[in-house]
Amino acid sequence: MTLEDWLSTPENYVFLVIAIPMVVAGWRVVTSQNVVHAVLYLVATLAASAGLFLLLGAEFVAWTVVLVYIGAVVVLFLFGIMITRAPIGVDVSLSHPPRVRVAAAVVSFALFVLVGGAMLDAFSGAAAFDVVPTRTVDIGESIFARFVVPFEVVSVVLLAALIGGIVLARRDPEEPT
Amino acid sequence: MIITQFLIVGAALFSLGVYGVLTRRNAVLVLLSVELMLAAVNINLVAFDRFVADQLAGGQIFALFVITVAAAEVGIGLAIVLLIFRNRHSANVDELDLMKL
Repeated sequence: MTLEDWLSTPENYVFLVIAIPMVVAGWRVVTSQNVVHAVLYLVATLAASAGLFLLLGAEFVAWTVVLVYIGAVVVLFLFGIMITRAPIGVDVSLSHPPRVRVAAAVVSFALFVLVGGAMLDAFSGAAAFDVVPTRTVDIGESIFARFVVPFEVVSVVLLAALIGGIVLARRDPEEPT
Repeated sequence: MIITQFLIVGAALFSLGVYGVLTRRNAVLVLLSVELMLAAVNINLVAFDRFVADQLAGGQIFALFVITVAAAEVGIGLAIVLLIFRNRHSANVDELDLMKL
């Protein structure tokens, strides 16, 4: 598919409008010197990923991301920041010194070239696909028929995480702190 | 739409997450970068699901499972960070060197 073909599809402009701010916000998540700003940029990244899911016709996953990630996980992160009294405001020591950052940039860029190159190599010949929106009823039938055992296992994982979180974070009254 | 545009965005987001895990000192921000990597994986899963037009929507259901397990991981991870902060009065990963020779 040539670039002209790609640019002649209106959906791809929507994709660019969502994807470019997403990557920029992701970059700010890992470089911001303000903890709260980093969390808010993560909100922007996750909202953009929900937008990509809507573009792909995966409505149930998109709204689950909005509810679970933006609604719950981000609030949990903000609570974690407040409880651990992480320095709120500008602080240069939130990241490692520059020599570590350069090494990490080399490693992550090499990873991007490797993964992106492998994906391009494998799928650059693939044809364009039209999105057929997934109905939530299909997802429900699939979860409760074909994937019912993993679904139950995940519910046990959540229960274990709930109990584990309480046990780890509880302060025993008789224990000297 | 073609599949590679989603795969490239997913790879870029995943690499940013790896960069964040390697460079952040604050343990809460390391967890934040892990969330970035999981979001990248979700994009790949849903894109492949629509690419092959799976009748069972297996990719989307895997993405839902990833979201669930990520929520559990954040809960446990923040509890551990809280415990470390309570014992060491610091949430910086490079100050947790008790097991270093």
